[in-house]
Amino acid sequence: MKNPKITEKVAFFFLFLATLLIVVPVGLIVIIIIRKGLPAINWKFLTDIPREGMRQGGIFPAIVGTLYLVLGAISFALPIGLMSAIYLSEYAKDNFFSRLIKLAIVNLAGVPSVVYGLFGLALFVVFFKFGASILSGSLTLGIMILPIIITASREALESVPYHFREVSWSLGASKWQTIRYLVLPNAISGILTGIILGLGRAAGETAPILFTVAAFYLPQLPKSIFDQVMALPYHLYVISTQVPNVEEKLRYGTALVLLMIVLFMNLVAIIIRYKFRKKKKW
Amino acid sequence: MVKFDIKNLNIWFGGVHALKNITLQIQANEILTIIGPANSGKTTFLRMLNRLNELQSNFRMQGVVEFNKQDIMKMDKEKLRCQVGMVFALPTPLPLSIFDNIAYGPRLKGIRNMAKLKEKVEVALKRAYLWDEVKDRLGISAFNLSGGQQQRLCIARVLAVEPEVILFDEPCSGLDPISTAKMEETMLKLKENYTLVLVTNNVKQAARIGDRTAFFLNGELIEMDKTEKIFTTPSDTRTDDYIRGKFG
Ligand SMILES: Nc1ncnc2c1ncn2[C@@H]1O[C@H](COP(=O)(O)OP(=O)(O)OP(=O)(O)O)[C@@H](O)[C@H]1O
Ligand SMILES: [Mg+2]
Repeated sequence: MKNPKITEKVAFFFLFLATLLIVVPVGLIVIIIIRKGLPAINWKFLTDIPREGMRQGGIFPAIVGTLYLVLGAISFALPIGLMSAIYLSEYAKDNFFSRLIKLAIVNLAGVPSVVYGLFGLALFVVFFKFGASILSGSLTLGIMILPIIITASREALESVPYHFREVSWSLGASKWQTIRYLVLPNAISGILTGIILGLGRAAGETAPILFTVAAFYLPQLPKSIFDQVMALPYHLYVISTQVPNVEEKLRYGTALVLLMIVLFMNLVAIIIRYKFRKKKKW
Repeated sequence: MVKFDIKNLNIWFGGVHALKNITLQIQANEILTIIGPANSGKTTFLRMLNRLNELQSNFRMQGVVEFNKQDIMKMDKEKLRCQVGMVFALPTPLPLSIFDNIAYGPRLKGIRNMAKLKEKVEVALKRAYLWDEVKDRLGISAFNLSGGQQQRLCIARVLAVEPEVILFDEPCSGLDPISTAKMEETMLKLKENYTLVLVTNNVKQAARIGDRTAFFLNGELIEMDKTEKIFTTPSDTRTDDYIRGKFG
């Protein structure tokens, strides 16, 4: 092993192997779900309500429910998360207080999702009397994805080189003008990454919505934010474990739809991010 | 007319005493060049004039700096920076098009009218002698310009804010001799309408374009006089040593 060329080849091989090992499970999951779920997908499955104790019919209410919850969560978490990221990276001095906040955010990210569910139950459902509702569920999911959005946004803001800010200040810009016209536009792609991750997480989690919003069986669409809804991950859990004799393809079909929704949202964000990235050069 | 009147200025960064009891005046429409070895406090002095130092959390100062007879620490710092522009050592285009770089300052002041912005951009680029080189491609990223062009872009960007004073911190340190010559030519012409303060590590450059020259050493102002005098008959031997390249 004295020859550096050979050493490099060997190292390269193992690195490649490790990368391949990551791709394999992802690929397998997608392939299996598509193969088993695709036969269930048709117009009726996507637009009909569940029937016959969820053994027949479609999953439309669950799709709508998940979309509402994800949108609700993001419209709560994005403004708050972005504002606190801006505060932390642009305004906060490095002192005990700001370190405490940063520590809290890290810990928030590590809290198991079922704990969020209990927390949402106690705070939104019971204390604020929102009941089991879209509002409670969205807020709970929103709090769950807050640390993701804050962390990604902070990294994005801090990746904008410091000397750009100095240039902006030296041209007479105030701190806020600098953030508004220079830092944020250049941090957008990183912030979008945070949103992508947050969306995926909010769409896929079952535990936080279990006690706060998700309906076991509710074959109608919500009329207000105080209504319960069905949601895809919970519906998937229900038809996989709680209802006997559900056709396999229905379960995989539901999983496939959930996967597609998340992938689609990611795709949109990735396209936007790509557009912004093309402009960025330093 | 006195633009800047600096009295007994002391600056510390934490435990480092970066400027020691500096007293000097900067006259309108002159080029004041500041020379001195590394860490002598030249940059610190310059960044005092547009209040960029105070962004450092360990910054502390004593003394008075007056701009047009007003204490700058009592002025609105955004207003001060509009009147006292700065060109940094390395070219610092913002990640924007050429046009948007120049229009950045005017837009901050609330100018949104496109025709007006275009006019301001053109005037600024002409004053920085860059217009002919870029007039057909104002929309491209400023990063596509050469280093020398980028530095003149930075001058144009400062000019678009319509300052009275322009601070240059070793603006030619990253440039080739031809770009440097162009920069010097530009600065000499700017003198007619602006007051320039030029920090340079190139003694010859100071001799070429300075009206007056100040020599800094270890945070102290050793001497300041007509450039000719400094370079022919300096009154302090340390100045003489530095100019002859004996240290620094
Ligand atoms: N933010 C800071 N924190 C601590 N010390 C600092 C800071 N900024 C400057 N100093 C110190 O102040 C002194 C003067 O630095 P300054 O940058 O003004 O020197 P300079 O003459 O511009 O040097 P150069 O020719 O290398 O640019 C140095 O000793 C430097 O280490
Ligand atoms: Mg310096």
